[in-house]
Amino acid sequence: MGNTVMFIILAVLILGSALMCVTTTRIMRAATFMLFVLFGVAGIYFLLDYTFLGAAQISVYAGGVTMIYVFAIQLVSKRTLQGLEERVKSSRMITGALASLLGLVVVGLILLKTGFYTVDMSASDVELPMRTIGAALVGAGKYQYVLPFEFISVFLLACIIGGLVVARKEEKEL
Amino acid sequence: MIPIECYFALSALLFFIGVYGFVTRRNLIAMLISVELVLNAVDINFAAINRLLYPQGMEGMFMTLFVIGVAAAESAVAIAIIINVYRNFRSDSVDAIKNMKR
Repeated sequence: MGNTVMFIILAVLILGSALMCVTTTRIMRAATFMLFVLFGVAGIYFLLDYTFLGAAQISVYAGGVTMIYVFAIQLVSKRTLQGLEERVKSSRMITGALASLLGLVVVGLILLKTGFYTVDMSASDVELPMRTIGAALVGAGKYQYVLPFEFISVFLLACIIGGLVVARKEEKEL
Repeated sequence: MIPIECYFALSALLFFIGVYGFVTRRNLIAMLISVELVLNAVDINFAAINRLLYPQGMEGMFMTLFVIGVAAAESAVAIAIIINVYRNFRSDSVDAIKNMKR
């Protein structure tokens, strides 16, 4: 019962913030509403008893990515910050709404046609222990994830170097 | 316990709100924010399927974890590109960019 109430609150928060995020014309408000969406998704993870995932979501997304966006907005768009917002053409709006409604109808029909078997829910209400997550993350056996873990660390390094190379100021060549 | 269809409905709605934003907005940063909404919708699906349909495995959880990491790296590189575009073109709209280099 409590879970259901919590899920409804989180769903309303997520969907309302996402709608405001894509319809508001000011870019800073869009970033703020994205922050609310990210917090709501973290709440969904907590509701599913994935505590570690929720903590990662809050620290990486809500703490890191949102800060990057806010810095980028401050660096890039002085116009949009001062109230001069972007214009959205109504023809493009209609096209976008039609495309997303069409996709939503297709996905909804697939969901309605497909039946999902339900498993025994009694075991799933306990939190996944951190020891299990850590052992699976650095183990090299079957269903263990040391290879993607190492790959993502190299990938992050590559992205840091790539971001620095792209964003640095070039010297004047005459 | 919440049935899995509720999570699927929430995730589908969030996904297509993100698609609508991606099609509608012409500002580069607003388009990136819409992409983040789409990625979060996919993450909800991974976590919910893993928890409610296959509670003995951990594949969906790790997939979500790696998606979070990759999305952070992706947005950092994209922001670097946007700042460079703004420096060269004095605009942050996709319509201003006709060529990669001028």
